[in-house]
Amino acid sequence: MNGPAAPEIALVGCPNSGKTSLFNALTGSRQKVANYAGVTVERKEGSFVTPAGRPVKILDLPGTYSLRGRSPDEVITRDVVLGRLDGEEIPDAVVCVADATNLRLVLRLVMELKAVGRPMVLALNMMDIVARQGGRIDVDRLSKELGISVVETVAVKRGGTAALLAAIDELPLLEDPPTEHGWREPTAAEIRAAHAEAARILHDCAFHPGNEHLTRKLDTVLLHPVAGVVILLAVLFLMFQAVFSWATPAMDLIKAGIEAAGVGVGEILPDGMLRSLIVDGVFAGVGAVLVFLPQIVILFFFIILLEDFGYMARAAFLMDRLMAGTGLHGRAFIPLLSSFACAIPGIMAARVIENRRDRIATILVAPLMTCSARLPVYTLIIAAFVPDETILGGVGLQGLVMFGLFATGILSALAVAFILKKLVWREATEPFIMELPDYKMPAPANVALGLWIRAGAFLRRAGTVILALMILIWFLSSFPAPPEGATGPAIDFSVAGRIGHFLAPIFEPIGFNWQIVVALIPGMAAREVAVGVLATVYALSATGEEARQALQPILSAAWSLPTALSFLVWYVFAPQCLSTLAVVRRETNSRVWPTVMFVYMFVLAYAASFATYHIAGALLR
Amino acid sequence: MIPTRESAFAAPAGAPLDRLGRRSRGWSGWVTGLTPTDALTIPWTEMERRLLEMGFVEGARVEILHEGPFGRDPLAVRVDDLTVALRRREADVVLVAEG
Ligand SMILES: Nc1nc2c(ncn2[C@@H]2O[C@H](COP(=O)(O)OP(=O)(O)O)[C@@H](O)[C@H]2O)c(=O)[nH]1
Ligand SMILES: [Mg+2]
Repeated sequence: MNGPAAPEIALVGCPNSGKTSLFNALTGSRQKVANYAGVTVERKEGSFVTPAGRPVKILDLPGTYSLRGRSPDEVITRDVVLGRLDGEEIPDAVVCVADATNLRLVLRLVMELKAVGRPMVLALNMMDIVARQGGRIDVDRLSKELGISVVETVAVKRGGTAALLAAIDELPLLEDPPTEHGWREPTAAEIRAAHAEAARILHDCAFHPGNEHLTRKLDTVLLHPVAGVVILLAVLFLMFQAVFSWATPAMDLIKAGIEAAGVGVGEILPDGMLRSLIVDGVFAGVGAVLVFLPQIVILFFFIILLEDFGYMARAAFLMDRLMAGTGLHGRAFIPLLSSFACAIPGIMAARVIENRRDRIATILVAPLMTCSARLPVYTLIIAAFVPDETILGGVGLQGLVMFGLFATGILSALAVAFILKKLVWREATEPFIMELPDYKMPAPANVALGLWIRAGAFLRRAGTVILALMILIWFLSSFPAPPEGATGPAIDFSVAGRIGHFLAPIFEPIGFNWQIVVALIPGMAAREVAVGVLATVYALSATGEEARQALQPILSAAWSLPTALSFLVWYVFAPQCLSTLAVVRRETNSRVWPTVMFVYMFVLAYAASFATYHIAGALLR
Repeated sequence: MIPTRESAFAAPAGAPLDRLGRRSRGWSGWVTGLTPTDALTIPWTEMERRLLEMGFVEGARVEILHEGPFGRDPLAVRVDDLTVALRRREADVVLVAEG
């Protein structure tokens, strides 16, 4: 029955039906995943072996209510299912995932999927909740009515996919499947007819006692016009305080460990170029980045938890009107929130927005949200220049400054979106129609797997791109070596020093010294690299013992407060990340938008830093 | 006043017609039809199908559970056994009758 290649199965279903959980349960960590946060936007492929020993490939697709493809995200689902993507066939089989507590809409989707003409299984997921609520589903009858096999699953329970695995083994896979499909876009009348049919089938096959009382009760608080907004703000504030303070012990541990390792290795190696490369390049550079893993993990922990709990949709509901006030879609809230982790997943998450201009506006402002890569920079500068005091009974001053930087990013993002949508494009807003899913207890295994994948992505980045850059920077800042008998720090004579000195006049009006300018250029590869570069630059331009000192006291001695503030503000606005620009290029399929993004952010950063530097200078005089 | 449309699903004559977008929190009733409004921002055939796909079909029970905190917009509407958030502008398309 099985051909030479492993059959490919597509997971399709409405949003929040548990596709990703099922995908995780089936494949474990055998996933080829796009590395990023929040929502299912990228096509994710995994593989597993069925109980009968058949290897299978499986795709986790974006959620959809129909095959019509109303957003770029849904278009991907449609194109995969219909085999329209380049170099891809129609999948060998379709597994439609249904939230069994909510079958009505998905039955209509099942009817559309059947028209594709591939073997199909309907997985009634979340059967644990149906059972808890006292519901019943006549699986055999449903299977007869729909003419496909129907199984019960609980994606978040061990062994909860047994029936699905068995059904996959029994799929009547076609030896030589036709390359045509029988689907076409339904008309309004056909949708109505399908709904009537679905209602009839449901009436015959399922009994559901109705309301999810817990969700209703929670919503009276979480969607309350006052309490709901206060809670939303509290959640966001808690998130930032946690990122800043909870991570500290782990960060200290990592920092101490890497320092010890660097010193240890330095003692073994003979004095010379190699030792300098390893200690000053590799350990100082990558070490300074690795230290921030705890913060990134905590941030993703919150985002995944809120998403799985079902709160992200509520946040979009609460914020929609404000977002609409700026011309953005309520759904833009989710991509923008994801951008706090990294603008790249945020920009990709913007695919859930149907309207192209809404999407582009969201994409353009996403990098203004404070991504986790800025945290190393913020943390370093704040620790060096803001006293570690508490004010107003328990609020940390450092945390407050951090909050201020986040707030500045958010407010300017909204302002830029407003200018774009209302003043540049002058256009009407896209409809906002979105399901509010029942609240779910997030499954620890799913959260852990999500964190694992994201932490791995960060580490791979730190281990490859950033390591390569650190070595390049070390090279640029070590060669050419200073002439015999020269005075002054060695880096002054290097390529990096010359580039820094050459560009320094451009940045002098905003208070940047040449060391900062040297750090800005490699910082384009990834914002957090700037910290490593500063460490390298200052470690190399100092001598002997000083080089071993931590960067923080060096900076607080070398920089004036206006310079530090100007640098922070620069990092709020500046287009400091090439990968972001590359993703924008890909997502908008144009060179125009990344260019627009780079220019507007650069201008904004320069102007804001200029103002900050001069105002702070005047106030402190 | 309300633009009508030839439809097998039009509400029975005499039924009290109203737009979902004009109702407030706590209101409940059923869907009697969908009609275009002047405020549409996408083509009507697309709007109609999006609402249908989310369950706003004739005869569906609807109840307004929540209103957004700013300008009492958007609405969180229970549509049979599903909760859907939509703006009043879109909810205006949905004709409803109390009961
Ligand atoms: N109780 C229960 N929760 C589930 C089940 N499947 C998924 N969930 C939860 O439902 C939420 C949404 O699941 P997810 O896989 O992200 O849905 P997707 O949007 O279809 O990918 C998460 O909080 C899951 O933990 C299940 O079978 N039982
Ligand atoms: Mg998913």
